Amino acid sequence: MFSLINWFRFASPQTFYPLAGRMMPWFFGVAAGLAAAGLYIGFFVAPTDAQQGQVYRVIFIHVAASWLSMFIYLVMAGWAAIGLALNTRLSFMMARALAPTGAMFAFLSLWTGALWGKPTWGAWWVWDARLTSELILLFLYLGVMALQAAIDDPRRGDRAGALLAIIGAINVPIIYFSVIWWNTLHQGASVSVTRAPSMAKTMLWGMLLMSLACWMYSIAMCLARARCIMLEREKHTGWVAELAGGGR
Amino acid sequence: MNAFAAIIRRDLLLALRRKSDLAMTLFFFIMVASLFPLAIGPEAAQLRTIAPGVLWVAALLASMLSLPRLFEADYLDGSLEQLALSPQPLALIALAKILAHWLSSCVPLVVLAPLLALQYGLEPRAVWILCISLALGTPLLSLLGAIGAALTLGVRGGGVLVALLLMPLYVPVLIFGAGAVDADASGLGVGANLSLIGAMLAASLFLAPLGTASALRIALE
Repeated sequence: MFSLINWFRFASPQTFYPLAGRMMPWFFGVAAGLAAAGLYIGFFVAPTDAQQGQVYRVIFIHVAASWLSMFIYLVMAGWAAIGLALNTRLSFMMARALAPTGAMFAFLSLWTGALWGKPTWGAWWVWDARLTSELILLFLYLGVMALQAAIDDPRRGDRAGALLAIIGAINVPIIYFSVIWWNTLHQGASVSVTRAPSMAKTMLWGMLLMSLACWMYSIAMCLARARCIMLEREKHTGWVAELAGGGR
Repeated sequence: MNAFAAIIRRDLLLALRRKSDLAMTLFFFIMVASLFPLAIGPEAAQLRTIAPGVLWVAALLASMLSLPRLFEADYLDGSLEQLALSPQPLALIALAKILAHWLSSCVPLVVLAPLLALQYGLEPRAVWILCISLALGTPLLSLLGAIGAALTLGVRGGGVLVALLLMPLYVPVLIFGAGAVDADASGLGVGANLSLIGAMLAASLFLAPLGTASALRIALE
């Protein structure tokens, strides 16, 4: 019977903790496999770029990190919205668990971008619209994490961080377009960030595989972090005591 | 509506009774604006090009400096809880407090800005545009800032935290506000920038009090 399915069975930390523990190694394994395949294609199969030479190969991690940094912010805001709407504890824990991974990817994207920019454009950093908005995205992540960390009461910290994440998500398009217009108004740097639209098929495959690998890695990391948060928050409950006792 | 006016009146009165707080914000604005020429050099042409940006950043920081005062005193003495319990919607009360904050902390900055702009050697036309952009943009700073102030209510290290939370949200205001003078100087016309600030102001006039109210509820729980 459809109505007999308990949709909220895994919304409680007690049932989700073991489920997350079972899923985590799978996601880590798939991430490792996809990353190995993606790196193999990236380093050995994909042809050398006609204009940029070998240095373009940073694309395989750079693009994946950029995509994930934006995607994770949306997922985090989504969990935050679910948490505020349904008042589920686990949603806030997921939002909290996602933030550091998202910030890491935003930083990685900026760092690899700088490493790529120096040999191709001759500058570590240009005030291009995409770079600037990625930097602001990193600031948004840091703001959410700082707010969550500054509030001692975990419940209040969760809700305040969730509200900030949602406000940030509303603002992301505004920030993005304002930065684009700012850039065109100022005529920007003379270099163009837009790549040639045509791309060898193997390059695209490598990029896709690496993006999937990063995605799976994010899920695994999020589950691992959520497990720690669950144990910490629920340490007064019976099932955690049982778990801790059983492990001894 | 009565409550709305009463809260504005009360907050303005409280602000006027503590003149040193108001003066501090104003002096901060003046000092930041005066430090830039000392650091960059007295070359007139260079100062003229950076003036709109510097004055906007200084005004932004000064208004941010006064944000923790927005709800802090009421939170500490418990009157914020009474306000939240009153039959008036909390968002309306928040809007009144935001308006009072703008009148007491930001309007003096807008009034003072032309004087500092003259120090930087801006043309009269540019001074006017700068003032209009500040007059339109500073309410937006207060509205967005109120959300940050409400989120960090009673949190240790609140002042620095507010800055960290609000910087990304202030980016569009800063870009369009400071860009208005440049847009006029380069012949693009100032209409687009001012319209965009106006649009953001209209949207956040509705949304920001709601966000502030829910942030206050979280803080008061």
